[in-house]
Amino acid sequence: MSVSEPPVSVAAPRSRVRAWRLLASNPLTVAAAIVLAVVVLASMLAPWIAPYGVNQIDVANALTSPSPAHWFGTDELGRDVLSRVLLAGSTSLTIAVSAVAIALVLGLVLGVVAGFAGGWVDAALMRIVDVMFAFPVLLLALAIIAIFQPGMLTTTIAIGVVYTPIFARVARASTLSLRTAPFVQVSRTMGTPAASILRRHVLPNIGGPIIVQTSLSLAFAILSEAALSFLGLGIQPPAPSWGGMLFTAQGFLAQAWWMSVFPGAAIFVTALAFNLFGDGLRDGLDPRQRTIIEARHGQRRRERAAAALRRDMTDREASR
Amino acid sequence: MTVLQVRDLRVAIGETPIVRGLDFSVDRGQTLGIVGESGSGKSLTVLAATGLIDAPGRRVTGSSVLRATPDAAGVELVGASDRVLRSVHGDAVGFVFQDPSTSLNPYLSVGRQIAESLETHRGLSRRAAHTRAIALLEAVGIPDPASRVDAYPHQFSGGQRQRVMIAIALACDPALLVADEPTTALDVTTQAQIIELVQQLQHDRGTAVVWISHDLGVIGQVADEVLVLRHGEAVEQRPLVEVYADPQHAYTKELLAARPRVVAGAGPAPEPTAAPLLEVAGLDVRFAVQTPAGRRTVHAVDDVSFTVRRGTTLALVGESGSGKSTIANALTGLVAPHAGTATLADAEGTGVRDALRAKRRERRRIAMVFQDPFASIDPRRTVADAIAEPLRVHRLGGATAASRAARVRELLELVDLDPAFAERYPHELSGGQRQRVSIARALALEPELVILDEATASLDVSVQARVLALLRRLQVEQRLTYLFIAHDLAIVQQMSHDVVVLRGGKVVEAAPAAELFAHPREEYTRALLAAVPPDGPRARA
Amino acid sequence: MSIAPAQLLRFLGARLLSSAVVLLGVLIVVFALVHLVPGDPVRLALGTRYTPEAYDALRAASGLDRSLPEQFVTYIAHALTGDLGVSFRNGQPVTTTLLQRLPATISLALVGLVIALIISVPAGVYSALREGRVSDVVVRLTSQFGVSVPDFWLGLLLISLFSLTLGLLPASGYLALTDDPGGWLRQVTLPGLTVGLVAGAIMTRYIRAAVIDVASAGYIRTAVSKGLPRRVVVSRHIVRGALVPVLTIAGIQLATILGGVIVVEVVFAWPGLGRLVYDAVAARDYPLIQGAVLLVAVMFIVVNLIVDVLYAVVDPRIRAA
Repeated sequence: MSVSEPPVSVAAPRSRVRAWRLLASNPLTVAAAIVLAVVVLASMLAPWIAPYGVNQIDVANALTSPSPAHWFGTDELGRDVLSRVLLAGSTSLTIAVSAVAIALVLGLVLGVVAGFAGGWVDAALMRIVDVMFAFPVLLLALAIIAIFQPGMLTTTIAIGVVYTPIFARVARASTLSLRTAPFVQVSRTMGTPAASILRRHVLPNIGGPIIVQTSLSLAFAILSEAALSFLGLGIQPPAPSWGGMLFTAQGFLAQAWWMSVFPGAAIFVTALAFNLFGDGLRDGLDPRQRTIIEARHGQRRRERAAAALRRDMTDREASR
Repeated sequence: MTVLQVRDLRVAIGETPIVRGLDFSVDRGQTLGIVGESGSGKSLTVLAATGLIDAPGRRVTGSSVLRATPDAAGVELVGASDRVLRSVHGDAVGFVFQDPSTSLNPYLSVGRQIAESLETHRGLSRRAAHTRAIALLEAVGIPDPASRVDAYPHQFSGGQRQRVMIAIALACDPALLVADEPTTALDVTTQAQIIELVQQLQHDRGTAVVWISHDLGVIGQVADEVLVLRHGEAVEQRPLVEVYADPQHAYTKELLAARPRVVAGAGPAPEPTAAPLLEVAGLDVRFAVQTPAGRRTVHAVDDVSFTVRRGTTLALVGESGSGKSTIANALTGLVAPHAGTATLADAEGTGVRDALRAKRRERRRIAMVFQDPFASIDPRRTVADAIAEPLRVHRLGGATAASRAARVRELLELVDLDPAFAERYPHELSGGQRQRVSIARALALEPELVILDEATASLDVSVQARVLALLRRLQVEQRLTYLFIAHDLAIVQQMSHDVVVLRGGKVVEAAPAAELFAHPREEYTRALLAAVPPDGPRARA
Repeated sequence: MSIAPAQLLRFLGARLLSSAVVLLGVLIVVFALVHLVPGDPVRLALGTRYTPEAYDALRAASGLDRSLPEQFVTYIAHALTGDLGVSFRNGQPVTTTLLQRLPATISLALVGLVIALIISVPAGVYSALREGRVSDVVVRLTSQFGVSVPDFWLGLLLISLFSLTLGLLPASGYLALTDDPGGWLRQVTLPGLTVGLVAGAIMTRYIRAAVIDVASAGYIRTAVSKGLPRRVVVSRHIVRGALVPVLTIAGIQLATILGGVIVVEVVFAWPGLGRLVYDAVAARDYPLIQGAVLLVAVMFIVVNLIVDVLYAVVDPRIRAA
């Protein structure tokens, strides 16, 4: 018995429209989505909106506190912290997205095949996943990086590999519960080929938990990349990274609080936004949460009850 | 003496009214049977009347007065404080719920769970309560209570667990017992035992009982007065015998008429000359089951043989665990059999094909309809998609999408559904409509054999009657052969030409239906027949 | 406590077997680590100290001059007897170095876990029982904050506040528990808080979900219908029902803590395994990396086994037929 994530049911969302409406009803989720949009935009537009260059050294103005000229202050070489934070953003986000994409694809394949095939295939694949789970994330990533040269590509691959097991577990759990669902069994009894069942019935129905997990993993990927860069084993200087900036900030903790606060806040806000958004998604998809939300909105309830009554009457009269 | 007096009870969830102004009462030693289909509000009514609901957004108005003893003052339960309710629950009112497997705490011993109410309400010490628990277990018919009192729920059978629930409910000798569908999750034979137990305990203690059920047959056995509910309103409220003899309201008449009964001479006309279609010989299926403790092997099907004749219905009857569904799964390739053969006669009636290891093309000849209307259709795809799937896989219904769509509409009409339903999603349909879609999908295969695995068991009684009528009609029109799996003997009699009775994976008796119902040979078959709730209400003792 | 010995033994036996398989997998992965390195690990490790003699010596000492399967078998044989090779950097036996640093990491991880439990169990249970209400939302939001904060940043902030500004607690350094309990307590407070706050936030979410699940179970309704005081329903029924998932969560969380401890040890200069791995990775000291990774994985497997035994204590369905 193992619990890797709080349980998410494989729910049947009523329809796309209703799902979006439920998401929008939670102000936190909306706020998180907006923050994410801002962060992504700022990072993408960074080369154009950053007031200074990423390595624009100005030793005379080193270690100045936040001012109109430098909103986030300057670091020990006089570089503008705001610009560096903005420019580091795109690197961190790129790594996080790519790594999670790798983990998603690998994990999905592993999990769905294991869950659907069952038997010794499932047992063998899950043993492999268990072995990967036995290593703490950061440790395994470090070990992988120790083998190859540290850098952007290695960091991405390392994070992608260590996050694969969680996707595999989520995909497998959903696939397993689907495999025994009557509508999947019906397809098997009528001779539908396995590939077709996977494509038409399994994958669309496990989308929910996978999407939730993607959002949450993005949050952790940001944190992992920052930790690796902090340790000097992720993104290498002179390429800017939030974690790397924090590493340097350590030496100036007493004199320049802005060097540690702003890059750290950037990591924090981005991870928080991904987490809140993922949580909102999960609440939107969980049928029990949905009824709580809907109970608060009596109008929708009434509509549904009326529609149900109409259906019952139609059923009675429709057949003779 | 009136134990519970309810006046103008109304329950609403947010804005929507669910229960609309009910009046009823229960006297000492009497049983009030509340009957209704799903959505009638029967459970909610009683939970509201006894102050047990606490979900957000539920508003209860009206009055519900409980009087435990003649000299006690009545206690108003609607809107009562938590303290008052807690003192009443478990003491003056006991509850028995539907599902014994989830109603008991798996981590506490049975004795402990019985003793809790005694310790709380009667102030008994641990030891004294423990002794009383043993006595209660004996009263509800648990054998060897002294050693079983410290056992855990998972070490009891379903029927025994329900007995434990009754012991818990009656521990403090309450004035009122509320039983919410207490036998619905049990087998027919166990159901009969539980009904007998409750009646005997009521007779001994004079407890007032409110018995909620959707099953008119059960209500007919237990109730003195009947309250028929529909959409939260009282449709009929009279003494039992009157309701059965002379139902006033159209809805009550409909419910009574739809109720399946075992009646002499009922059932389809026998067809002794029909040729065999499916011959099953020596089927044996075993499973490895994963329990919290480790793997176990279950011998689900043990050397079962039977023959299904073309154009007729063979019923596989048994209680849960008899292996009937496993047989269906083996025939459709969902489960690999350990041994045995199943051969399907060729269309021309000459050769035979192995049904157990059939290739994809052969799978077309056996279609399956499952029990659960909610889970039988992919919630993310339209009705048309679901019905068209067999057409696509087996290249039926023409080569183009348009011709397939036409065939889908044809099939929908065949099962009495409006062809416009094709574009709907499953959640927009009712249970009965979804089962019709499942039947249409099965027919899309143009199969020779249709396996109906408890296909109507999850439907309301009136809906079930209509779906069964549809199935009978289709059998005649389309020359279909059915393998009908059920536990309800009354329905089996309506539908079947031949019957096979299963128990514990083995065949107990096999005979043409008319013969089996008129002259059952085996002890177990007779017990099953005896356990079916009788046609008319029980005679007053 | 009723026990069916045969069933219990079967359960534990199955778990042991499963753990052994995972252990084998771990050994394979750890062994492969060295051999996946592009280029020559010995040459890389020697770096500027390279001389043909040193190269041959180190190569022979590490056994890298023999065939792959032979090396693997030797590796396992040695590992099982506690010999994990020698460090590339300083020639010290890896096992000795690891064992020297182990107590510091274990004490930090345990302190962190205890702080996490103190925070998460009450918070998780409390917020689950008030699901949907304001207090629940507050707890959820706070735990979201805790989950999203980078632990090294939190460490720096804590140092900034408590050491530099308030001067209450030391920013780094270590005193062994056995030598100076009072001093150890002062030293471990900030790093322990850093680990514990983040882990606590993570566990709060899981525990909340587990308690919500249990609270909606049928037997809770039965308990309420008996008129039991709310306090009893919560403690005897709800908490008892949530013990199994909470045990699982705590076990998994220990693995996360063991991994997260690396960064905290670096920030606070805590001389534990994490710090060791960090230095070893920077110096490409492969035997040391291998040894540390193996040790951590083994600890995690052992923790899981202990959790499995506790399952049997808590859940009667496992220990009695």
